Amino acid sequence: MKTLLRFQLNGREVAFEAPPHARLLDVLRDIAGLTGTKEGCGEGECGACTVLVDGRALNSCLFPALEADGRSVVTVEGLASREGGLSELQQAFVDEGGAQCGFCTPGMVMSAAALLAENHSPSDDEIREALVGNLCRCTGYTQIIASIRAAGERIGKAATQ
Amino acid sequence: MSEEHFIGVETARPDAPDKVSGRTQYVHDIAVPGMLWGAIRFSDHAHARIKHVDTSAAERLPGVKAVITAYNTPEVRIGFLRDNFALKRDKVRQYRDEIAAVAASDPDTAREAASLIRVEYEPLPGVFSPEEALVEGAVLVHETDARGRPRADNVVPVRFAHHSGDIEAGKRASKFIVEGEYTVPLIQQSCLGTAGCIASFDARGNLTLIAKTQIPFLVQRDFNKALEALGLEGRNVRVVVPALGGGFGTGLDTHAYEYIAMLLAWRTGQPVKILYNREEEFAYLSPRQSATSRIRQGCDENGKLTFREIEVVQDNGAYTSWGATFPSVMLVPATSLYRVSNISFESKIVYTNNTYCQAMRGYGNPEITWPIESSIDELAEQAGMDPYEMRLLNCNQPGETTPMGLKITTCGLKECLDRTAEKLDWGTNRGKGKGVSRGFGMASVINVAGGGKIYRSDGSGIILKLDDYGNVNVSYGGVEMGQGLHSALILTVAEAFGVKPDQVVINQTDTATCPWDVGTHASRGAFMACNAAVMAARKLRQRLFEWAEEIYPQQVEESLTKARKHNPEFREPEFDWRAAASRDRFELADGILRVQGAPDRPELQVELGRLLRAIHFRKQGGGTTFAEEAFYEPPTDLPDWERGYGNMSATYAFGTQGVEVYVDEETGEVRIVRLVAAHDVGRVLNPQTLRGQIYGALAQGVGYALYEEVHTDKGRVLNPGFTDYKLPTACEMNFPIHIELIETNDPEGPFGAKGVGEPGLVPTAPAIANAIYDAVGVRIRDLPITPEKVLRALKHQRAGSPVR
Ligand code: FES
Ligand code: FES
Repeated sequence: MKTLLRFQLNGREVAFEAPPHARLLDVLRDIAGLTGTKEGCGEGECGACTVLVDGRALNSCLFPALEADGRSVVTVEGLASREGGLSELQQAFVDEGGAQCGFCTPGMVMSAAALLAENHSPSDDEIREALVGNLCRCTGYTQIIASIRAAGERIGKAATQ
Repeated sequence: MSEEHFIGVETARPDAPDKVSGRTQYVHDIAVPGMLWGAIRFSDHAHARIKHVDTSAAERLPGVKAVITAYNTPEVRIGFLRDNFALKRDKVRQYRDEIAAVAASDPDTAREAASLIRVEYEPLPGVFSPEEALVEGAVLVHETDARGRPRADNVVPVRFAHHSGDIEAGKRASKFIVEGEYTVPLIQQSCLGTAGCIASFDARGNLTLIAKTQIPFLVQRDFNKALEALGLEGRNVRVVVPALGGGFGTGLDTHAYEYIAMLLAWRTGQPVKILYNREEEFAYLSPRQSATSRIRQGCDENGKLTFREIEVVQDNGAYTSWGATFPSVMLVPATSLYRVSNISFESKIVYTNNTYCQAMRGYGNPEITWPIESSIDELAEQAGMDPYEMRLLNCNQPGETTPMGLKITTCGLKECLDRTAEKLDWGTNRGKGKGVSRGFGMASVINVAGGGKIYRSDGSGIILKLDDYGNVNVSYGGVEMGQGLHSALILTVAEAFGVKPDQVVINQTDTATCPWDVGTHASRGAFMACNAAVMAARKLRQRLFEWAEEIYPQQVEESLTKARKHNPEFREPEFDWRAAASRDRFELADGILRVQGAPDRPELQVELGRLLRAIHFRKQGGGTTFAEEAFYEPPTDLPDWERGYGNMSATYAFGTQGVEVYVDEETGEVRIVRLVAAHDVGRVLNPQTLRGQIYGALAQGVGYALYEEVHTDKGRVLNPGFTDYKLPTACEMNFPIHIELIETNDPEGPFGAKGVGEPGLVPTAPAIANAIYDAVGVRIRDLPITPEKVLRALKHQRAGSPVR
């Protein structure tokens, strides 16, 4: 038994057949073929699977795919421009050394995207708060926080120009 | 010093753009046509005889392609003692023992089938700590060794020891002596990307293994042996390494799940992928060992160290991985952190029915620096000395040879100590904690930083190949696991050969195309790769310059002719470029060939790609390929382990970390207020990735110190997930970190650099414990330092009784 699922994925209308109990993560990775979103734990503890649903960052490993029906989903693949240029936020992660092994990175970037959409100049504590559900074993978070801070500054500057 | 263009310049990592945009491919993301999924049936007992395995229900499940056990596959042995098997036949020795495995069309079916396999056991009593295992007449985890000879006890038959000087004389010369027992817990490496592999055979019996490994060439060796077991003598294994998703030591062994994937692929004739989920990673992948150390140290009335005596007992678990040899690395700090002349070090590695353990970043060093550096503080207190002063007094020196025979080339330990003290305002701040619950502590590290010889070769090969456009393709057999090796390597190749970093491309690590490398461990990756790269780049330049003697004048002539024709203001260069075109006068930088002393005119400069195409397509005898290889073997010795003697590394890294803590005496909670990490790194190759290594290591050090522990009950893992296994999050790492990079320009290092992967996590725990003592006067000797332990110690303190 499969159910038809329609939603907006990275700005385009899509339709997939998915088993009723499928997680959004499975639909993204296995059906839509977008493997940028990672599974680090499958139980809502690591944040590697973070995507935006209607602008909110959430763990796609806990989110039933059927609930995405009719909504807008953005994954890490949806942040860059179509020609492959990086978004301000992604570029800041590159410039500040925010990625090491890179496995947590898509989730970090998506959590940061949700934060910066609401707040261009978050304090370091606000950044930490936004990342509390995202584990990283490589970086110790310092350069991730610096990346998000830098991205906020750049986005803020662009907005006031 | 700085003639260099790229070395030491903050540079973004080449792999970052793909990582931030989700393009990087990990084994998790790779599927190959026809691929099946494997799942493993693990043991339900810590120690039991296997009476019967019934696979019929699993075989009947739709979607299942094969079910294998030790009874229907050839025996495949694992580990350097050959004491482990891909599939267990007669008995299980730990909860995670692999009894059977399934290949099926999808992962859910495979796991469901594995759960349908019925196993009948005859449970046996087990031993779950080294103390239990060492009791006379204890149950034997292994009744025989790999050759079938009966075993007398549970001690793993490898010995690492060191005795030098005269311990008794050292004790007699001591005015103060301290003694203590320190323990470290079982912890999980916790790579965010879990373990996995894909095995596929071609029709001739050659195996390709896509492996999450740090040792591709030793994997090739191990699996070539395994192919023999399958009757495939003379066939070959190709190991391909995708992006890793974290290594931290988990890739230093070949694992049962990898051999099982091979067996399933062989049985089905289809590619097979096995991928652990997080729970499996915690329960079925080898963690870092727990260990107990007893230490005695003494000093004379001036604070000079007089002797050091250490006995370590390490819980090996049921089988032996390379990680069992942690004491080989413990020897380094045990004999050589600070100057001590009378030393005794003994280690015992003990089989138990606990999960077997493997390597993790630091490899024995944090385990042993924990007691050494805690006890230095205890000794300083006894002697009435400032612990910083005591460390300075006994500080290692450049040029010394330590009791282990380690040849210290450069040594920045004194600077590290001084900078740490300075940054923390040590003199004013320390020792004022009582009453305000605020304290300061420090600890240091010595670590191998120029390889760590534990195998007959500790070398690395490299191949540099130029294409027709001036790009340098680099084939290196070591592994980028996130640490930034490729970034250091690109800068080094660009610098040493003379191109821009963008012109350097690093090929995927693949045993079919890359030269041999012993593996990426012991902080050796960048040190080895970059040394080999400098050698190969030199050869490549030489060859290019020889060719340029013929081709450069032709190219210049061509440019000048064009310029004469098109540029009305053209003037002939006042420079005899024909005479200057000789191999010893060429210069290559940023991908442009020039001659020394030439005026800065475009006609006299030849872009590398153009030069290469001219050589390649020249009329007579074209087709030259520019490729050079080099193999760097560091000037080190394979130590004599029973004597604990030999210079195992080409250079050693030093460092000191200092920390300010606040201890909440109501809750026992320890809050880090700030942290200083001063490290002798030889030379900074890329400041961004170098700091990244230290920041990341520090977080692991903080986790080790305060939070992390795999809890077990009679061999069963009780907290197999991030819910109950606490990794530091961004909210725990909420204090300022100050990094001081001390450059000592090591003569053996590439551009002076030392290996830096591990040192950053080594001294963190003792620095924190020393600060806690300074704050509230309790000494915790058992990691992790949880609030419960602190509270208990405070309670004992108030009651006036010692903690233990
Ligand atoms: S995979 Fe979803 S939180 Fe870890
Ligand atoms: S970069 Fe490896 S887990 Fe974050």
